[in-house]
Amino acid sequence: MNQHFDKRRERLNLFQALFTKPKTIKITEKELDFVVCPKCNKAIESSEIKKHISVCPQCDYHFPLTAFQRIDSIFDNGSFYEVYAKATSTGLNNFPDYLNKLTRYQKETSLNEAVVVGTARLNDIKVAVAIMDSRFMMGSMGQIVGEKITRIIELAHRRKYPLIIFTASGGARMQEGIMSLMQMAKTSAALERFNQAGGFYLTVLTHPTTGGVSASFAMLGDIIIAEPQALIGFAGRRVIEKTVKEQLPDNFQTSEFLYEKGFIDQIVHRKDLRNKLYQCLLFHKESK
Amino acid sequence: MNQISAWERVTIARNPNRPKSLDIIPLLFDHFFECAGDRHYGDDKALIGGIAFFEGTPVTVLAQSKGRTLDENMKCNFGMLHPEGYRKALRLAQQAEKFKRPIITIVDTAGAYPGQMAEERGQAEAIAKNLQFFSQIKTPVITIVLSEGGSGGALALSVADRIYMFENAVYSILSPEGFASILWKDDSRVKEAAELLECTSYDLQNKGIVDWIVPESNKGFENDISYSISLIKDQIRNDLVKLNKLKLNQLLDLRYEKFRKIGSKL
Repeated sequence: MNQHFDKRRERLNLFQALFTKPKTIKITEKELDFVVCPKCNKAIESSEIKKHISVCPQCDYHFPLTAFQRIDSIFDNGSFYEVYAKATSTGLNNFPDYLNKLTRYQKETSLNEAVVVGTARLNDIKVAVAIMDSRFMMGSMGQIVGEKITRIIELAHRRKYPLIIFTASGGARMQEGIMSLMQMAKTSAALERFNQAGGFYLTVLTHPTTGGVSASFAMLGDIIIAEPQALIGFAGRRVIEKTVKEQLPDNFQTSEFLYEKGFIDQIVHRKDLRNKLYQCLLFHKESK
Repeated sequence: MNQISAWERVTIARNPNRPKSLDIIPLLFDHFFECAGDRHYGDDKALIGGIAFFEGTPVTVLAQSKGRTLDENMKCNFGMLHPEGYRKALRLAQQAEKFKRPIITIVDTAGAYPGQMAEERGQAEAIAKNLQFFSQIKTPVITIVLSEGGSGGALALSVADRIYMFENAVYSILSPEGFASILWKDDSRVKEAAELLECTSYDLQNKGIVDWIVPESNKGFENDISYSISLIKDQIRNDLVKLNKLKLNQLLDLRYEKFRKIGSKL
């Protein structure tokens, strides 16, 4: 019974961690920063977290990474060259309060949109990459996100680069309505052309990857890798619980669940990710 | 025509008396031969697939199927597909490609089914694969949005060379109820939500997504089905002639461009 409660608490903590930013406790005298792990509740020195690429050294909880933290953790130092950095959704739409919201997220994240795209090198292999950032409006995909991703697919196609996309998204962006939905078709079409040309496409599913993003480019990789314990699925848990009116399994819609059901090739711990990606790139060095 | 509000169109689209896929298939096509099953898991009755003649030409028909009565709806899961429905559509589309049969899809769904089993069997993957495959399938595809087009579940059958939409059909990223409840935590503000969603046939035509609006009789679609049906037949006939004239790479380039240009400014 106790075990049951522990499990539930753990899940609740994980869920809450989605909506709360990690607490930083400042101890002024020593100038030491601590972060409380939302899973195991232990306080960990910030420098320690940093050393472990934002993974809790106690319980392996993977903290969300910002797009640029991700880039630093994977690609050769200084090799990332960003394209379309300035693209923003300004003026696309007259949805109430949408522009204000965008501006607020832009200030908070220092990003212009929920995805960062460009080229980079991994152990000197050139790749085209897109990295989503869940801090920006839950990483939702509107027209700009869809267009940036489509353009980086097309760039990979033209230059015959392998393509790596790190997903982190709640799905299509509601505020842009049907135009967001259509981005699913647009990105998938671009991927199909890349696919037919023999391009190699790898996706890394990170927390969370749901809705319209999971139902388009996230699930179309030649190789699909997921980070441990990421939330991955199509419909929201609450929506499903409302429909089926029963309790869902604890690990429902986690990486581990999808792996078990056969939708993911490997679950890879963040400390091993760079090497695994390199290995996959080596296998496909000859593909166009 | 335009004085009908978005919400009124939503209610018209959802009217149980409005003709369903199973009503219009025999009116549009002859000798419909149903093909069941996805060859992996099972048969999803929310997606009716098969082969038929359109004015003498063999075509593959893929239709999302809603029922009228509770009994009918239980059978077809209220028109909400499981992954096997999307995989059945994909299987039959690949077969159509092999025999160079044009594909006619009929969209009528509130969305893909949000259930535990659907997730376990890969709802997201099934939809994604359809989007990818239909985008470059080597045969003409025409989509008819009959009544309700909801989110990715509808989009998975809407990647086509031509998209027709019934005048009073609606097509949106999610239902007005869902939209209102997420945005304002108040699902009674559905009328406002419907307007904001820009979900009517005219909205979608303005955005360049819908190519042709299927006119509905002033007496109501259900009271004069043949009025709309004969117009659709004319349109399909003309479009198939045009699409069949294209070289394969032109057909595929034009379809790519149709979706590529949606929101392509940076």
